[in-house]
Amino acid sequence: MSELIRAKEPFRFCTRLHLSELTGLRATTLVQLASLIKEVSGSCIYHHTHRFLQQHQYLSPEPPNDFAYWVTDILGEDELGEKLASIDTVQYSTIRKLRDKIASTIEDYLNNNPLAKVKFARSDEEFYFIKSISFILPTGYIAYDLKEFSEILKKVTIDSIYFHIFEARLRLEKPTNDFALWIERSLGDKGLADELCCFDPYTRTLEDLRNTIIQVVERRISV
Amino acid sequence: MAKVEDYIPIVGQSCIDDLRLLGERLKGKVIQHINSTPVGGGVAEILNRMVPMLRELGVDTKWDVIKGGEQFFEVTKKFHNALHGRAEEITKRDFEIFTETSQQNIENVNTYGDIVFIHDPQPIALIKKKAANKWLWRCHVDVSNPNDRVWGFLMDFIVQYDAAVFSAPAFSRKLPIGQFLIPPSIDPLSDKNKELPQQTIDAVLRKYDIKKDKPIVTQISRFDRLKDPLGVIEAFLQVRKYINCQLILAGGTAEDDPEGVKVFEDVQEKAKANKDIHIILLPHNDIEVNALQWASDVIIQKSIKEGFGLTVAEALWKARPVVASNVGGIPLQIKHKYSGLLCHSIEGASFAIKQLLGSPGYAKRLGENGREHIKNNFLITRHLRDYMLLFLSLYYPEDVIYLC
Repeated sequence: MSELIRAKEPFRFCTRLHLSELTGLRATTLVQLASLIKEVSGSCIYHHTHRFLQQHQYLSPEPPNDFAYWVTDILGEDELGEKLASIDTVQYSTIRKLRDKIASTIEDYLNNNPLAKVKFARSDEEFYFIKSISFILPTGYIAYDLKEFSEILKKVTIDSIYFHIFEARLRLEKPTNDFALWIERSLGDKGLADELCCFDPYTRTLEDLRNTIIQVVERRISV
Repeated sequence: MAKVEDYIPIVGQSCIDDLRLLGERLKGKVIQHINSTPVGGGVAEILNRMVPMLRELGVDTKWDVIKGGEQFFEVTKKFHNALHGRAEEITKRDFEIFTETSQQNIENVNTYGDIVFIHDPQPIALIKKKAANKWLWRCHVDVSNPNDRVWGFLMDFIVQYDAAVFSAPAFSRKLPIGQFLIPPSIDPLSDKNKELPQQTIDAVLRKYDIKKDKPIVTQISRFDRLKDPLGVIEAFLQVRKYINCQLILAGGTAEDDPEGVKVFEDVQEKAKANKDIHIILLPHNDIEVNALQWASDVIIQKSIKEGFGLTVAEALWKARPVVASNVGGIPLQIKHKYSGLLCHSIEGASFAIKQLLGSPGYAKRLGENGREHIKNNFLITRHLRDYMLLFLSLYYPEDVIYLC
């Protein structure tokens, strides 16, 4: 085992807690859905593309996307649901780009399938737009090297993992996730950083994600 | 009463650490809850647990109750039914009674909190006392299809609040104030939800002369028309044609629900000829409710309207298979065919009960999934966290808030 590099700048673990704000906006048809997707705040798009990750941990890996779920289960448009579910969220660096992709996917589908425009959800099954308010707090956990880093990863909440992997990258528009950024910039370990940013976090449960990161880091420590 | 740290084995140390971090951020603020009854019904039940736990987390929390009287609570019960969309004859005099009692409360209740947190419509008019402090209105009622006249009357008050809180997305509507989604919760360590020794469960069954010789289907609910106890009996009778089982209808009445006694009598009348139907009045006996839920093979919640349906969360927490109406907050708790079965009618309820009684393996799987979902989303620790975030949000207008 080689000697661990000590970072000048430690990794400070934060956690992200969220509150759901109701907008009063609702869609009954695909046309309304597409129109509102283009109109609502980015915090709404973020909520509906990430809520599943934290709320249905036992169901994941599932499409982390409320739009896909509604289109499939309520409107019965399976093909469009599949297209929305398979949007590769990792490829989008901003909410705006992700929003454009979702809206254009629905609009393209409507152009090719005009009958889908006349499908209506029942009154208690409409799509309700909700927005996510994020609260970011320091947890007090600080890591100076990979050993401390992996030990803390075992203790923090999945909300903390969630924040550093998902929210930092997409909502705060960082080039990659926080873990990879710190490992590259503060420890100078580009190989490990690359390994931590090359997988698709959207296809795992949060606990699986935690375990995968710990395994990768511990393997590195033991080399 | 359980301490905050007693929840660590259930939700984990880090979850409790997060609550403490939030509690520190609220130091110096006084949170004042106000509702209409200290006992009975879901609101009082939640506050009885929530208030001491918030205090333990360092949040200075108070709880005050308005005064009402029979006439006032008859009117607010009518309001409650009307907000649920039921046809109610509401007279000019009813609005006058509401206004007169509200005025007395405005004169007598001291609204000293930095954040005044009003629960449900009964104390809503206290907003007239709003000063520089923050005011929240917590709606526990299903207002997806309210009577326009009552909703319009209440809207004059609602718009004066800083924010409103609803239990399900379907209850939201366009409002000129902020509105938040906070479903209620259950307390896994309360007498109603903690694990019970088998002898306690057996003793409760013996007390009510219920033999465990055939499957038990149970609805635990206040005797209230919106819980459709007569519909439950109808559904049971349809099941009973094919499966030898028994039904328990158990619950109490709340102090602010004068209609409850009449409903209880109607239920007794409908059930009196059938020895397989057990009607049990259980005023505030949480251990017995708990025991009956654990003893049940299927739990039903056939509400016509439902603010949230805490009894569903209670049953799922005990990994019971549940059949429940697709109304109010129930679909937030049950994903159809994954963590329970949703229904829309008496016939649908009957069919679902038959499915569960006929396929115990399937029923067991639904119950286990349900318990996991409740653990992740509907325990009191999540509720405490949401309330503390809500209080903090009143002081920050942004969508991403750094509490560093």
